[in-house]
Amino acid sequence: MNTIWALAGVVIKELYRRKDFYVLFFLTALVTLAALSVNFFNDTKIIRYVKDVCLLLIWFSTLIIAIVTAARQIPSEKENRTIFPLLAKPVSRGQVIIGKFLGCWLACGLALVIFYLFFVVVTGIREPQWHLVAYLKSMGLQWMMLAIVIALTLLGSIVFSAVSANATICLIAVIGILFLGEHLNKIALKQGEPVQSITYAIYFCIPHIELFDVRNQIVNNQPLPGLVDCGLASVYAAAYTAALLYGTWLLFRRKSLST
Amino acid sequence: MLAANSQFLVLLGEAGSRPTPLRGEVTVDLTRTIRYSQHVARRNPDLMSAILRTKKLRVEYVGGEVSKTAKVALHGLDLEVRAGEVFGFLGPNGAGKTTTMNVLLGFVPPTSGSAELFGIDVRQPIARQRIGYLPELTYYYKFLTAEELLRFYAKVFGLTRSESDQRIEKLIGLVELGHAAKRPIKTYSKGMQQRVGLAQALINNPDLLILDEPTSGLDPLGRMKVREIIQRLKNEGKTVFFSSHEMGEVETVCDRVAILHQGELKIEGRVSELVAKYGVANLEQVFLRIVGYQPQEVV
Repeated sequence: MNTIWALAGVVIKELYRRKDFYVLFFLTALVTLAALSVNFFNDTKIIRYVKDVCLLLIWFSTLIIAIVTAARQIPSEKENRTIFPLLAKPVSRGQVIIGKFLGCWLACGLALVIFYLFFVVVTGIREPQWHLVAYLKSMGLQWMMLAIVIALTLLGSIVFSAVSANATICLIAVIGILFLGEHLNKIALKQGEPVQSITYAIYFCIPHIELFDVRNQIVNNQPLPGLVDCGLASVYAAAYTAALLYGTWLLFRRKSLST
Repeated sequence: MLAANSQFLVLLGEAGSRPTPLRGEVTVDLTRTIRYSQHVARRNPDLMSAILRTKKLRVEYVGGEVSKTAKVALHGLDLEVRAGEVFGFLGPNGAGKTTTMNVLLGFVPPTSGSAELFGIDVRQPIARQRIGYLPELTYYYKFLTAEELLRFYAKVFGLTRSESDQRIEKLIGLVELGHAAKRPIKTYSKGMQQRVGLAQALINNPDLLILDEPTSGLDPLGRMKVREIIQRLKNEGKTVFFSSHEMGEVETVCDRVAILHQGELKIEGRVSELVAKYGVANLEQVFLRIVGYQPQEVV
């Protein structure tokens, strides 16, 4: 475990020493504060729009952080050749994969905490009630969803050689699942064969990350899924993450690395 | 310089007297390694002295999409490096030196044959528990400071916090980076980065050092220092396996050498024996004879 934690620590240090996170946080804060200062038609429920905008920005920013951070881990190790002194130590390729995943996931968790703290403060200014439990559930579900995204991106980083290609493909895939994932079965019904079977296969194979999106409930102050449902969603995310990481390891362990 | 050398002696003296204390699962792994080495040694008594061994090692690189033909980088290499010796691994560019090192370090799997470190197959990560590797060029996380980088590698080897503190302090002193230890590596000169490389190779107090052209790109002072370090490691009973194109350097520090050409081991033995066998003045002439160099007349 020492090795995995050490590798994760390097990933976290890399994240907070780069500018990406600060830029995204600054933009999110700027847009949210700008939205907060505007008062359209003396609408007393303007806070709903502010919450909507802020949560959308948090989702988008953390997705960008997760995908960009995970996409460059293995390729940059190879490109900067830091993988060689690392693998010359008693470190297995499986430990590299798990260490990189854990580092990215913890770094994203750290970023999420900062974003949500800002969200709590911003909404607390305009709302009489603090829905802390709901916000915690939302953050937890989003963090579990990010685990799937990070594992998917790590798998992509072994398949695609260019970081930009992998990041773009993963971003499109994730946004595609978020928007279309839950509708694929309805789309399949209207198709003829073999498109119907293919669409159904995709529907049953893809990780349904849209299940982790509870922004609407937060914005409209509706009840969120209970703890049992959140737990089941976490198990679902963990299973997909494990399967994707296993695939990543299968591909990476056979890769020949020449100095 | 003198102070740094004495620090180095202290470091090696301390290291030579007892094995690196480890904790947790790494201790278990090391115990398993030792037990496994003893088990292997009982079955093959001559293995005890061979720290590094390759048997009929063959490596083929498959061509790309256009050329499907395989390029044979190593043709059945048999090599043995014994405990406590400094072994020079020589050959012209493309001879297969780097491929051999890549196999030994687990970067490239052998096509056939075997490679072992301390009697353990190199495909097992634990085979690398007792080695230090210095690559030809510096490849480190440039956003970390030298101290953070050494701490990271110390964690990888399972060193305790207090021991890594002690080891890092001594190594930073040894490579004379005390003034820059808390600066990111990206701000270092090439020479400073090489010195960080040397420090990381020694962080686990290795029994075997694998050095890939360690003096390449260094100024004369830097070369001298690396040579002194190799000599001191030898005096402390460490085994050093290194590749180099500097024949004078190899002649000075090596007990034995092996010359590789076109993926085949052409010759192996003591420098003095090889020079006497070929009836030439120095190792460079032996090398040129083996690789078939014919001097051309200058018009």
